[in-house]
Amino acid sequence: MSNEHKDIDDHSGIETTGHSWDGIKELNNPLPRWWLITWYITIVWAVIYMILMPAIPALPGMGTNTKGLRNHSDRDLVAAAVVELKEARTEQSATLLDASLEEIETNRDLQQFALAMGESLFGDNCATCHGAGGRGAIGYPILADDVWLWDGTLDGIEYTLRHGIRHDADDDTRFSLMPSFGRDKLLSATEIDNLTEYVLRASGQEHDTEEADMAAELFQQQCASCHGADAKGDRLQGAPNLTDQEWLYGSTRQAIHDTIYNARNSHMPAWQDRLDDASIKALAVYVHTLGGGE
Amino acid sequence: MTFNQLTTRQSNNSSIFAVGAFLSVFLLLGLLMASFAKDAAIGHQAMTFLFLGGAFFVGLCMWAGNLIDRDPFDESEYENTLVKWGVFASIFWGLAGLLVGVVIALQLTFPNVFYFPELGWTNFGRLRPLHTSAVIFAFGGNVLLATSFYVVQRTCRTRLAGGMWPWFVFWGYQIFIVLAATGYLLGVTQSKEYAEPEWYVDLWLTIVWVAYLLVFLGTLWKRKEPHIYVANWFYLSFIVTIAMLHIVNNLSIPVNLTGSKSVQVFSGVQDAMTQWWYGHNAVGFFLTTGFLAIMYYFIPKRVDRPVYSYRLSIVHFWSLIFIYIWAGPHHLHYTALPQWAQTLGMTFSIMLWMPSWGGMINGVMTLSGAWDKLRTDPVVRMMVVSLAFYGMSTFEGPLMSVRAVNSLSHYTEWGIGHVHSGALGWVGYISFGALYCLTPWLWKKTRLYSKSLVEWHFWISTIGILFYMISMWFAGIMEGLMWRAYNEFGFLEYSFVETVEAKHISYMIRALGGLLYFSGAAIMAYNLVRTALGHGEATSLDEANDPLKTPEPRTALAPAE
Repeated sequence: MSNEHKDIDDHSGIETTGHSWDGIKELNNPLPRWWLITWYITIVWAVIYMILMPAIPALPGMGTNTKGLRNHSDRDLVAAAVVELKEARTEQSATLLDASLEEIETNRDLQQFALAMGESLFGDNCATCHGAGGRGAIGYPILADDVWLWDGTLDGIEYTLRHGIRHDADDDTRFSLMPSFGRDKLLSATEIDNLTEYVLRASGQEHDTEEADMAAELFQQQCASCHGADAKGDRLQGAPNLTDQEWLYGSTRQAIHDTIYNARNSHMPAWQDRLDDASIKALAVYVHTLGGGE
Repeated sequence: MTFNQLTTRQSNNSSIFAVGAFLSVFLLLGLLMASFAKDAAIGHQAMTFLFLGGAFFVGLCMWAGNLIDRDPFDESEYENTLVKWGVFASIFWGLAGLLVGVVIALQLTFPNVFYFPELGWTNFGRLRPLHTSAVIFAFGGNVLLATSFYVVQRTCRTRLAGGMWPWFVFWGYQIFIVLAATGYLLGVTQSKEYAEPEWYVDLWLTIVWVAYLLVFLGTLWKRKEPHIYVANWFYLSFIVTIAMLHIVNNLSIPVNLTGSKSVQVFSGVQDAMTQWWYGHNAVGFFLTTGFLAIMYYFIPKRVDRPVYSYRLSIVHFWSLIFIYIWAGPHHLHYTALPQWAQTLGMTFSIMLWMPSWGGMINGVMTLSGAWDKLRTDPVVRMMVVSLAFYGMSTFEGPLMSVRAVNSLSHYTEWGIGHVHSGALGWVGYISFGALYCLTPWLWKKTRLYSKSLVEWHFWISTIGILFYMISMWFAGIMEGLMWRAYNEFGFLEYSFVETVEAKHISYMIRALGGLLYFSGAAIMAYNLVRTALGHGEATSLDEANDPLKTPEPRTALAPAE
């Protein structure tokens, strides 16, 4: 092809390929040099990496995949890292196991370790229900205050952690059951309304005095055996104090009515099968120090 | 009329009957599905199919009945009506998909506010695949269908092959979209990311896709140009590879022939590897080569300059498709996947960097001699910024595939940011650019209804993308560092919920970014509708004083120079 037949682009002075599609032409520019060199560099780098690291699968006759000059294995590295971490913790974990809960709280080093461990465990196991830092939620007790349904001592907290609350699979679980007074037709609608007013009065809230008075006798018959004659609760049975401002399921007339009608009876799993002893101890110390440990 | 023309016309007309017969077979199957439905979901899906397929069938009959003595597939004209439908569908699904994106971004930001337990279908788990499928397959897919049908005709200088079959492809694809979307809301999913539809929807898409491939190949076959233009190589690689990926990744056995559930043939790490071979190459061959095809036609056409380098287009095309297909394992670093596979995934990703950039270089350098258009034509600016985002995310991708980087970035919001800089910046902007070109060309208008609205779209959306990207980089790197933080005693510093809580502000900025991007797209939709209606500056081409200002659409098949 002679020069005069070539199609030259006016602007760039570069020859086109001579074709045109719907008016679109293509210039015959070479590959950009920097582009080509960078590409070659990435290829060389890739080949070196493949020589150093496992890269070729076990083809027939090879037996195993290539291990690479560095003989690198993620699995070995992870196993080693786990061992290393365990070793770093072993000494203090062992001390944690030997020490009593009281000793842990009084030994500053041990306490710091237990708290770090407890915080980490709490975040991944407990915060889902009890909230970050034990701030609680509707139906899930606040662990950062000094109101305890069952037991706020170190040993009591450890017991709750180990056996859970109303956890059927554990014979030693903390257990009590409030009847569903409405749903099971143990009380009439009027009686439940009156009891609601009685509980509202007990906690110092706005109430209907007349209706509350009418429930006084009923409360002693039906409720006092657990919540106490003075309605201040009984921690042996996990029965909450009805005279304070702390409400697990809300303090409104509707919420209290719902509680009497249906009962609540929430659950907490037993953790002793899921966490090791050191972890449970650390958690007990952590929860105890959150704010309201006794 | 020559004998050849006559036989072409006869085969074209017979395609109407073929599509009708084909459709009736599937309507019958749909009827059987609906009658013997094993679960409520498939009953609902079958009824949806019967309704939509039936509407298509009735429409087809009514349309064909009115033909009388008119050749509906006149070989001397391009098929433009179908492309117009494609433009409309792209706008519609684009807005729908982006809106769902904004909703789920708000759900993540304010989970207690945007939570409607009485409306199960609004759950994040159902809306998330609705968003991803709507933007990728419904919006992106329709843009690809519309532009490929437009481009292949012009660059081959021939009408679409197959007569009625391209219409089957278009409406069949819309039926696929509706079945997939309503299926997600009903809770039907096979739990494979970006391949959530169950077996019967997969089968329907396979049929539609093979028809698409045949239409495209048929058009290439009867081309009146001696060579196949580069955009068509890219379109073809997209259609062929997506067919292969779709079929292999969706291999499953239905539990019951009239039930919605199926069981995957792969399990464990093989399933994971197949899934990410699919997932990665859906990005490679749907969202990259497909949209590079758009770039290779619309940028040189719009700026009226030749493509920068023919040689570069060859080398980067073949290297891109050869290397891309290997890079999938980088989605499974530090998992049960054998390490040699991870090494290959990573090294091929690094080698993929320059082949990816070849497309960017070729696109941007095509502007040489027309750089002033960046200032004067916001549509050109949008497409060039699209290439900039393409370049950025195809650098970021190889970077994140490096195992050491991946150990920080994997599972974090960084991945979400990366995907969206590619999706919003690259795929979105090149699509918007193509739609801004196509609408006046197809409806034969001198220009768009309003150029200043394009400016508004550009700037609002660009700020939106930046909000999105930067907030997700920030959130991703932060949570990655928080996950790996140990305290002095060797215990994890943060619980998972604390790392979620720390992202709240970033999530708000991301939702705002998404809202801005959606607003820009809504402005575009308004602008394009007004353009098609011939309002404002969009005067009809015939009355224009200076038709040279926009490229003259050549509806009649004029020979190329």
